[in-house]
Amino acid sequence: MPSKPQRIEVVLETLIESIALAEEVGVRVAAVAGFGEDDQYKIGLAVHEGVMNAFQYGNKQRRERKIHVIFELFEDKLVIRVLDQGAGFRLEDVPDPREDENVLGDSGRGVLLMKAFMDEVDVLSSSAGGAEVVMAKRHKR
Amino acid sequence: MSFKAISREVGDVTVIDMDGRITLGEGSALLRDLVRENVAKGRKKIVMNLAGINYIDSTGLGELVAGYRLVKSEGGEIKLLNLNKKVTDLLQITKLYTVFDIHNQEAQAVASFHS
Repeated sequence: MPSKPQRIEVVLETLIESIALAEEVGVRVAAVAGFGEDDQYKIGLAVHEGVMNAFQYGNKQRRERKIHVIFELFEDKLVIRVLDQGAGFRLEDVPDPREDENVLGDSGRGVLLMKAFMDEVDVLSSSAGGAEVVMAKRHKR
Repeated sequence: MSFKAISREVGDVTVIDMDGRITLGEGSALLRDLVRENVAKGRKKIVMNLAGINYIDSTGLGELVAGYRLVKSEGGEIKLLNLNKKVTDLLQITKLYTVFDIHNQEAQAVASFHS
């Protein structure tokens, strides 16, 4: 039976400063989990994008709403959950900014970077009603 | 490190030297203002020197694109100079590498407006 993962939860106000703060925590957790510098940067940027999405589109910059960032350290991977208190969204509704008609557009790059830098990305409906972005990075060992 | 940007003129080309991070709330608004100021002055040949940029997020990439669109609509062009590996990777992932004219040497970037 797999052992219970170590779990770290950070609760942030919907402030612009929370984005860099969450990123910094993400980099440190990734380092503690044993990821190398390149992966630490990628995990940090994925957290940055996830929290920025919650700040802008989920919580619509309303300070009283919370952003929860949960890190779960499993033996084989790091799972990160970013939860907001917005209306939620579906991954399939996010435009692909690599398509010719979208490449000079304004949407979709954050999700694309999360997908590029993490091994798994999904969006669920959180129990609080908002979006729950779930990302995982596997250890290469 | 917060964002810093300084414009200088090389003939009819404006070179914007940048340092730090281009992210939501740090560099993106300042970068937008700088591009708009240059366009308002009629300076529409712009080289963005990213030598000192160590981090860009999706908002920062969006700001590069918005600047590109604005300058292009006014008949000019934004070119990029001195991308490090992280920034190069981001531009490749997002296919923006195919949009921008990218150079490694300032003289070459400036001259490319006149070729």
